[in-house]
Amino acid sequence: MMRTSDLVASAGRALRANPMRSALTALGVIIGVASVVAMVALGSGAQAQVERSIASLGSNLLIVVPGAMRSGGGVRGQAGAGGGWDSLTMDDAAAIAQLENVEVVAPSQRARAQVIANGLNWNPEVNGVTPDFLVARDWEVASGRMFDETEERQARRVVVLGNTVAVNLFPNMDPVGQTVRMNGGTYEVIGVLESKGQSGFQDQDDIVLAPLTTVKRRIAGRRGRGDTVSQISVKAESEQVLNRLQEDVENLLRQRHRTREGEDDFTVQNLSSISETMAQTTGVFTALLGGISAVSLLVGGIGIMNIMLVSVTERTREIGLRKALGARQSDILHQFGLEAVTLSVAGGIIGLVIGVAGAWGMTTLFNLPLVVSPLNAGLAIAFSGLVGVVFGAYPAYRAAKLDPIEALRRE
Amino acid sequence: MAALIEAKNLVKLYRMGDETVHALGGVSFTIPRGDYCAIVGPSGSGKSTLMNIIGGLDTPSDGRIVIAGNDIGEMNDDDLAVFRNQTIGFVFQSFNLLPRLTALENVELPMIYGGVLPKERKERAAELLARVGLGQRMEHRPTQLSGGQQQRVAIARALAGRPALLLADEPTGALDTNTGIEILALFNQLNTEGATVVLVTHDHDVARATKRTIEMRDGHIVSDQLNDRSARHDANV
Repeated sequence: MMRTSDLVASAGRALRANPMRSALTALGVIIGVASVVAMVALGSGAQAQVERSIASLGSNLLIVVPGAMRSGGGVRGQAGAGGGWDSLTMDDAAAIAQLENVEVVAPSQRARAQVIANGLNWNPEVNGVTPDFLVARDWEVASGRMFDETEERQARRVVVLGNTVAVNLFPNMDPVGQTVRMNGGTYEVIGVLESKGQSGFQDQDDIVLAPLTTVKRRIAGRRGRGDTVSQISVKAESEQVLNRLQEDVENLLRQRHRTREGEDDFTVQNLSSISETMAQTTGVFTALLGGISAVSLLVGGIGIMNIMLVSVTERTREIGLRKALGARQSDILHQFGLEAVTLSVAGGIIGLVIGVAGAWGMTTLFNLPLVVSPLNAGLAIAFSGLVGVVFGAYPAYRAAKLDPIEALRRE
Repeated sequence: MAALIEAKNLVKLYRMGDETVHALGGVSFTIPRGDYCAIVGPSGSGKSTLMNIIGGLDTPSDGRIVIAGNDIGEMNDDDLAVFRNQTIGFVFQSFNLLPRLTALENVELPMIYGGVLPKERKERAAELLARVGLGQRMEHRPTQLSGGQQQRVAIARALAGRPALLLADEPTGALDTNTGIEILALFNQLNTEGATVVLVTHDHDVARATKRTIEMRDGHIVSDQLNDRSARHDANV
């Protein structure tokens, strides 16, 4: 019986005897593993990005927008087709606040305005909100302060800037205490929000928060007048009650608006279910990419089998000699099997390195987080080993079964 | 002397299409330990078949052959591999050295399958190469050695497992006359030192260098006689 160390030395020697051939054979597995690793990492990165950006909107959050959405898609609460865009009112918000399991309700009115400061101008989304908006969205003020309820009620001319707006309008100074001009009016900057980053393709920091009453009176124009709001953020007390609260809100609004299910003039978006759906979608996408790449790994395995069969044929005489000198079938089987597994595992390790490097390059390019789990890396190596075993088995079996007399006679 | 090989009524049949060929048609003989014996015959005489069976590469269809206590017909594939490793030392016409290995590594090869530890293996391989006169060529590869030197490496390899029997198939067939005579002298020396040697050849001159000639034809032994070596002793050794 052959010692393991001798087996390893023998396989290594055989592979080094034909370095070019060994490298080309391993290349199939290298490409296969590299593409699987890169694709899965890229997909996981996209998935993590989706989850992160949705989570950044706020946890346990329902967003009520006017108009019926035709399907469950859409993260941002733009009013969709159907229903009226002015169907939600401040009274709706007040009624929702009376429901059980509600932590905070924050009605808001969106507008678009040119913001001017220091001769620079910027065109962000201007959002009229109540102070609870920051609680609902899990958002903090990075410097300065948020306006309070008194300021909101009195429609003071104060604004809190999103990070993008602050950076663009006040490149080299602290905006807090400065003033900006919007729609011909002057507003005092009392705070700057902490950065939230991208959500989908939207920059969440490209925003100016002002008191809801201020926006309705001075900025929103005709659309914003009256009692309507463009969005109501509802934060539930916990994740467990979120779905129940969604139903309660829907039923309450149907009652108030005198609509029946299916004819709603509003939409309640549940961010955690949207997040789940999107994560599932990207998960399927990741599996698809990984599956397609796995085909190239399969092709790599067939390459190994092909070369091992050639090698067995070429070394028939050597196999015959080894048998004559006392090699058992299992010795020959192990020797050739180990050569195949060494090729594929070496290919797998190199492929993993290249795959991670490729994933790093792509995620950097697309501005995605790089997600490479040790489990996936281990799986890639283990799977390439499996490829070696599966595709090396038949050639090794052929070698082991060779008749030594016939094999020795071969030229 | 105790019998090393005892063959009784050995039969080997091959099927070639519809025909059954009797490669061995009931062969009986005994080879004692310490013998130096040649099996001669033209091609098709059955001498190669007999050699394969003696070497444990093949098994008889009928009859019984016991070599150093091993009944060849009763052994499975793994048993035969161990038998070849431990009991038989093969020497081939075309040397059959592995070209990528050095002389030393080639001699080590059977000991690898015998599970001998690396240090012990190297020491024994070096000792054997010195014994066949290649102590200075241990790190050479087969292509860097002459035919005679390659066959010496092969003989050292055959001796590696301390076999009960050296089994040589046309060992001088690929060598020029003088080198062939040197190799036969080496076998003679090994035999003098106690090794049992069986040599298969079609060349009667080679056969006459041994103590005993078994002549085969058409699957049967047609003669089995001791050689008068004294007459040729000076010429060959």
